[in-house]
Amino acid sequence: MRITQGTFSYLPDFTDAEIAAQVQYSIDNGWAIAIELTDDPHPRNVYWEMWGLPMFEVTDAAGVMHEVNRCREAFPNQYVRVSAYDATLGRQTTALSFIVQRPAEEPGFRVERQESHDRQIRYTLYSYAAEQPHGERYARS
Amino acid sequence: MAETNGKVEEDAKVDRWAAGVIPYAKMGYWEPDYVPKDTDILCAFRVTPQAGVDPIEASAAVAGESSTATWTVVWTDRLTTHTHYQAKCYSCTPIPGTDNQHLALIAYDIDLFEEGSIANLTSSIIGNVFGFKALKALRLEDMRIPTHYVKTFPGPPHGIVMEREYLNKYGRPILGATTKPKLGLSARNYGRVVYEALRGGLDFTKDDENINSQPFMRWRDRYLHVMEAVQRAQAATGEVKGHYLNVTAATMEDMYERATFAKEVGSIIIMMDLTVGFTAMSSMSNWARANGMILHLHRAGYATYARQKNHGVNFRVVSKWCRLLGVDHIHSGTVVGKLEGDPNIIQGYYNTLRLDKVKANPVQGLYFDQDWASMPGVMPVASGGIHAGQMHQLLHYLGEDVVLQFGGGTIGHPMGIAAGATANRVATEAMVKARNEGKDYFKEGDQILKDAAKRCPELQMALDVWGEISFNYESTDTPDVLPTATIA
Repeated sequence: MRITQGTFSYLPDFTDAEIAAQVQYSIDNGWAIAIELTDDPHPRNVYWEMWGLPMFEVTDAAGVMHEVNRCREAFPNQYVRVSAYDATLGRQTTALSFIVQRPAEEPGFRVERQESHDRQIRYTLYSYAAEQPHGERYARS
Repeated sequence: MAETNGKVEEDAKVDRWAAGVIPYAKMGYWEPDYVPKDTDILCAFRVTPQAGVDPIEASAAVAGESSTATWTVVWTDRLTTHTHYQAKCYSCTPIPGTDNQHLALIAYDIDLFEEGSIANLTSSIIGNVFGFKALKALRLEDMRIPTHYVKTFPGPPHGIVMEREYLNKYGRPILGATTKPKLGLSARNYGRVVYEALRGGLDFTKDDENINSQPFMRWRDRYLHVMEAVQRAQAATGEVKGHYLNVTAATMEDMYERATFAKEVGSIIIMMDLTVGFTAMSSMSNWARANGMILHLHRAGYATYARQKNHGVNFRVVSKWCRLLGVDHIHSGTVVGKLEGDPNIIQGYYNTLRLDKVKANPVQGLYFDQDWASMPGVMPVASGGIHAGQMHQLLHYLGEDVVLQFGGGTIGHPMGIAAGATANRVATEAMVKARNEGKDYFKEGDQILKDAAKRCPELQMALDVWGEISFNYESTDTPDVLPTATIA
């Protein structure tokens, strides 16, 4: 399966030039750029690991791309996303966030059902990958 | 105008307290020199007097009847500081290009209104003046809510920012669909539509306004099947998904029962209809805040009083009331779809719902500056006759912080519901990508969609079926002020 979190997951994976174009758009809007990674892509996992601090001062997408590539090289089997943060009063939230690397195999999730009273069912979403310990998830290439 | 003013001032010398009927304008409801206070609630009314009725007197009557006045002089006014409680019409100007329509600006002291009560606010301001005989028609066009009064209301249970963070979805319009056919599906079949639409790429699906608990599908059965569908779709995509479960019912007790059950089965969002009334909506807003539930409002019935240009309550005012009492979503028009909507007027609604400081802008029908004092914004919902082929127009007119609801445009897809959902999602992402890359996406929209469709047969099929469909009817509700082209 293909996890479709992020702003552009229904499009083909972006080339570096396409990533850089989105980063430059974000920089031009005055947004800070963050790179984050995870091997636990549960939809409720908010806090992916930070690849350094958000880049508040960066003016050129090339600088961001350098860090994106360093991150991807260091963690080739994890999810990596680029997020743009808008600190403007009234927003103070993420403005754009998209996946720039995903593992070769994405085993996805299963729904576990606990049958409860009155025909109700309690649902839990399990990530197949996250059943392995952190660091051993997703096959190393 | 000046002539009329002179006449009123001269007549004002008549004894204010003589028994009998004296004009409203002479009782203090017309005060052209009044400077509104920062704490006043201000209203802009479109007044159409009956033939032979002085427009100033008609406007003063509106001020009077919506505050302290009755039809005759009452001595008991003198037991109060009546000048404090009287609403004051401080401006009355003819509206260009109309037959005897006038824009009356009226100031109300904040003491006239109960804190945090839209029911009280509306009972005063639209309570009985709309049936007043001396008026042919009356429309409440806009209302300035002072910060002092704004701060007595709870506002949206979550608001745009919190909702996006809860959904973990940024940078693009949220996508939804209303389950169709809106009536008649069994709970099992209904859940199928929900599952297919969500796994195909939509973020939300929705009950329609009149799906409550009918013989063909009782609410409890629907909720159970819908939640199975939502959970399955989350597993299939790794995304947060939701379905607006309609809790509209005959009584508040029924509504609370349904909302509580929605919470028990794990829904993140419920909906209600505008038909339940302001008090019921305010109660559900409290409930939603207390239970972490996103609250969607379907504006069922609004056009009965919001659509006609000369009479009723403009939707931008209803929008303000709903932001105050607190909803997270509200249907607000599409510009390009099947339902009423002039682009400038719709932009005014969207600004009113989403921005913090909204500047007066007559082209958008906004007569006053409105400061929301950091009250979170409401996510507008565009629903009714929209499809993937209009994506560039939708993004241009409605922006990013909007829920685009493609009901027929998802479920009517020849390759199936999931394919319809995928077409809409791909069209959205492709258009946002193009915009961010600096393309003139509004002009080149058709080409951007065609290019995206080369790698997405579902989108290609959607464009083939609906690409040419548009609803070009004249709007009934249009601005009085048109933008004038400037010569470069």
